[in-house]
Amino acid sequence: MSDAPATVTHPAFAHQFDNLGQQRDVAVFGMWVFLVTEIMFFGGLFAGYTVYRSMYPHAFAIASQYMNVTVGALNTGVLICSSLTMVLAVQAAQLGRNRVVIWFLLATIAFGLVFLGVKAYEYHEKWVEQVVPGFNFHIHLPEARQIELLMVFYFVMTGMHALHMVIGVGLLSYLIWRASKDEFGPDYFNPVDNIGLYWHFVDIVWIFLFPMLYLIGAHLPRMIHE
Amino acid sequence: MSTTTLPPPDLIVRPNYLNVSHGLKSWLLTKDHKRIAILYLLSITFFFFIGGFFAFLIRLELLTPAGDLVSDDNYNRLFSMHGIIMVFLFLIPSVPAVLGNFVLPIMIGARDLAFPRVNLLSWYIYVLAGLFTLFVVFAGGVDTGWTFYVPYSSLYANGWVVATAVGVFIAGFSSILTGLNFIVTVHKMRAPGLTWGRLPLFIWSNYATAIIQVLGTPVLAITLTLLAVERIAHVGIFDPKVGGDPVLFQHMFWFYSHPAVYIMILPGMGVISEIVTCFSRKRIFGYSFVAAASLAIAVFGFLVWGHHMFVTGQSIYAGMVFSLLSFLVAIPSAIKVFNWTATMYRGSISYETPMLYAFGFIGLFTIGGLTGLFLATLGLDVHLHDTYFIIAHFHYIMVGGMLMAYLGGIHFWWPKMTGRMYPEGWARFAALLVFVGFNLTFGPQFILGYLGMPRRYHAYPPEFQVLNVLSTAGASILAVGYLIPMIYLIWSLKYGRIAAPNPWGAVGLEWQTSSPPPTENFETTPIVTEETYHYSNEAKDFV
Amino acid sequence: MLKNLPLFPVEGSTGAHEVDALYFYLIAVSAVFTIAIFICVMVFAIKYRRRSPYEVPKPIEGSWFLETLWSVIPMLIGISMFVWGAKVYFDHAVPPRNALEIFVVGKQWMWKLQHPEGNREINELHIPIGQPVKLTMTTEDVIHSFFIPEFRVKRDVVPGRYNNIWFQAMRPGTYHIFCSQYCGTQHSAMIGHVYAMTPDDYQNWLAGGGDQSMAKRGEALFQQLGCSSCHNLDGQGRCPNLRGVFGNTVLLRGGGQVIANEAYVRESILFPEAKVVAGFEPIMPTFQGLVNEEGLLQLIAYIKTLSTRAANPSVPLTSPPRGRTTTPAGVPVR
Repeated sequence: MSDAPATVTHPAFAHQFDNLGQQRDVAVFGMWVFLVTEIMFFGGLFAGYTVYRSMYPHAFAIASQYMNVTVGALNTGVLICSSLTMVLAVQAAQLGRNRVVIWFLLATIAFGLVFLGVKAYEYHEKWVEQVVPGFNFHIHLPEARQIELLMVFYFVMTGMHALHMVIGVGLLSYLIWRASKDEFGPDYFNPVDNIGLYWHFVDIVWIFLFPMLYLIGAHLPRMIHE
Repeated sequence: MSTTTLPPPDLIVRPNYLNVSHGLKSWLLTKDHKRIAILYLLSITFFFFIGGFFAFLIRLELLTPAGDLVSDDNYNRLFSMHGIIMVFLFLIPSVPAVLGNFVLPIMIGARDLAFPRVNLLSWYIYVLAGLFTLFVVFAGGVDTGWTFYVPYSSLYANGWVVATAVGVFIAGFSSILTGLNFIVTVHKMRAPGLTWGRLPLFIWSNYATAIIQVLGTPVLAITLTLLAVERIAHVGIFDPKVGGDPVLFQHMFWFYSHPAVYIMILPGMGVISEIVTCFSRKRIFGYSFVAAASLAIAVFGFLVWGHHMFVTGQSIYAGMVFSLLSFLVAIPSAIKVFNWTATMYRGSISYETPMLYAFGFIGLFTIGGLTGLFLATLGLDVHLHDTYFIIAHFHYIMVGGMLMAYLGGIHFWWPKMTGRMYPEGWARFAALLVFVGFNLTFGPQFILGYLGMPRRYHAYPPEFQVLNVLSTAGASILAVGYLIPMIYLIWSLKYGRIAAPNPWGAVGLEWQTSSPPPTENFETTPIVTEETYHYSNEAKDFV
Repeated sequence: MLKNLPLFPVEGSTGAHEVDALYFYLIAVSAVFTIAIFICVMVFAIKYRRRSPYEVPKPIEGSWFLETLWSVIPMLIGISMFVWGAKVYFDHAVPPRNALEIFVVGKQWMWKLQHPEGNREINELHIPIGQPVKLTMTTEDVIHSFFIPEFRVKRDVVPGRYNNIWFQAMRPGTYHIFCSQYCGTQHSAMIGHVYAMTPDDYQNWLAGGGDQSMAKRGEALFQQLGCSSCHNLDGQGRCPNLRGVFGNTVLLRGGGQVIANEAYVRESILFPEAKVVAGFEPIMPTFQGLVNEEGLLQLIAYIKTLSTRAANPSVPLTSPPRGRTTTPAGVPVR
């Protein structure tokens, strides 16, 4: 192992490491640890949701019917595509093709923005249907209050997810800026790799959210009347 | 033995992390873990004294049975802010963010932590949390207690609940980032030859702490988020009128807050391991057991949160499970106490201030830990829950244990951090004051608790007065005991004796470099060839 | 002054003694270990103090024997504490069948107590000695906790559910009531007294106060709120006849069953859609906001009188009991 302060000359090399390989290794590990904290964060939400769902299965099934399964499935597809373009961006970065990196990152951002736009549309629909808890909630079913409970979890869970996506879009923009300066290559592509990990994680959270929120009551006869 | 008055000439002028650059910007934009540790030291100390001042007001009020010093509303805000500041802005960051940040990379032979900029970010996040808290303090405070139980905090409290929740959320982020940094650093940046089995126990403790920080704190974050949502949007997440469950909040809150107490104590235990070995000049007794005990505490600590909820009306069987697990989690702590004591057996013991604090820790943590068993015992907890017994229990561990370990660690590593020695006479005197004052403050509270005096009481029946007066008297002595080190430690920065690289004759990589260390920590990366507490081989190194 | 310094509260109830015994056992064990550690530390610190600056002690790596010893012994002691503590807890969890029932509603910042005979008290609880007393408790607003130190009993009162405790006072006397869960501004003022009296004195006291019994008040509410218009007590209407319901098993719509206890009745009044009786439609409106917690207790008292198997105290109180429920279409939701 080297003993002098490391003298690797790559501009992104950080002095506390011995070599770029260690730097990459450490960065990936750090991102995984961070993702574990995110799992615990969303996990807490999922736990609360699970408790209430097991208490009020019927009300939650009804509430789920307020979700538009087609739109949700479309959004799921959009996110999966965004993960594909993200992976392609990572590969391009590994190959040092910074122009290509930028294109794929732009595509990922585009998909992300489509997702967020669709989400905004869904939120608007919820407002129109008057199922926004606390601000505009009027349902005339006996289970109204428990339905409101699920809707709270709907907004908090998807809202948190959307917040993470917005942050992700910001991070991707930062990556585009760095790629525009030709910073990535075979020996250094950590940021693309790690932010890619983050993006995939946000994607996976949605893969859980979609069935938990949209599909519960999908197989049941329609119980709400518009 | 280091009583030479003439410092080695090169120590004064050699560049170290303190004098290598000057100016505010070089500190506020530093990436050096040592400077960040000092930044943390300053901010944590600031909040400690604010939280301590509130405690003092509380004890003043409790001198008399009637609530005559402050209004009941203000009293409730006092104890709430005291708890919030002490838990989130002092105890949780203290050892990891100050001592861990400074010492951990050096101890493992690294040049810095894995992510220095994340480290600096964690300090800024801490400061932001502190500013939120200061805002809350000046804007009138919050009166929910540090536990924020619903529905009081969500639907009834009028105070800055959301602002406080945000502040705590932010502080939690700082804690997560510190933990993340430590985990990655310990895994990936150890010097050659430093295997897991040769890691100093301070590292093991901070590593176990980091695991809890990373896994537990996010759950607090989401709990506070839900509380804030409920309060802002007036939706009933925990409101029974819409089918919500207020006890669910308690489950979620304590799922973090119980492991949080291990975040607070584990690093202190690590400090004690370092101090006891150094001042007994002997390797730790049962190294692998102490290391494994740290991990066991971290793991088991996640399984016992329900013991805070024995009287909520939850299922009896759940209560039994949590009670049994709570007894099991006590065992690793007991193992540590026995091992520290056994380390002293046939050692060569000296009485410098860090060791005095270690003695205090062992005694007071033992008492605090044993009283935890009272609370794990279902039949007793029904009587003791939410009384002063609980307050005495956790203050014995947090103040008698953790705070003494922190002070011990500050004194132990002070020469390394500042290049100066503190005045030993004054330091020993202060340690003694702290010990006496502490016991007088919190000992009577055990009795008060069993007598039935509930906690968070602004006024109380007259028969409790004598014990309360004793407690306040102790608090006054304790306050002096804390002020004295403030004074002499600051004094020592300019007038203290210049410190040698290894004034204690300790082993450990941090003592192989100069006091204070250079920015890169080492001239060349050390290579570790021996077990960690190899005191018996080092006779020739004692100055 | 010191001579009068009490170290523990008087043992006011039959259960207090065992709690104290458990306490003393733990103190004894703690004292032994604390003294042992203190002595070891002090003796070692003195006996092995550094005498020469150059001395180097022999290293001692450890001892599997000692580690095992001081892991297993504390674990066994801990388990003994657990077992005894669990036993005490379990014994105090289920009230005896013949317990006298009194109802408690906490609110910021007072305790409201109702005796079935109609006597109502605020921050005071009169009880007879020599008889188990069961308190069924809830709160109107935030979580409080009902604590009688001399009886060694405490239970939170949680909004939305009933919790209960029981105790048997041993001798006449006055004992503290404290609220021991922080509940806001006047938390420390939410205190009162238990007055334990001989059975004769208690009967005299009962006769002196209280106009209508709880059940009578409940009956009045039953009319006033319009319950009787659907819950026809003389036959089957659109709603279940409530005679003979309390204390018995109820079959639920869509499958599942539940025991009709206090929690079930309360839930049915406030959340009628939660458990609909088999063979009936979910048409009952909610009465949330129309009746307060005390009124609910009175209604429950009345409904108990309609059942011969009324008020079986050994029926365990849980938060709204969860029977298995299904959708109206009969498809299990899981």
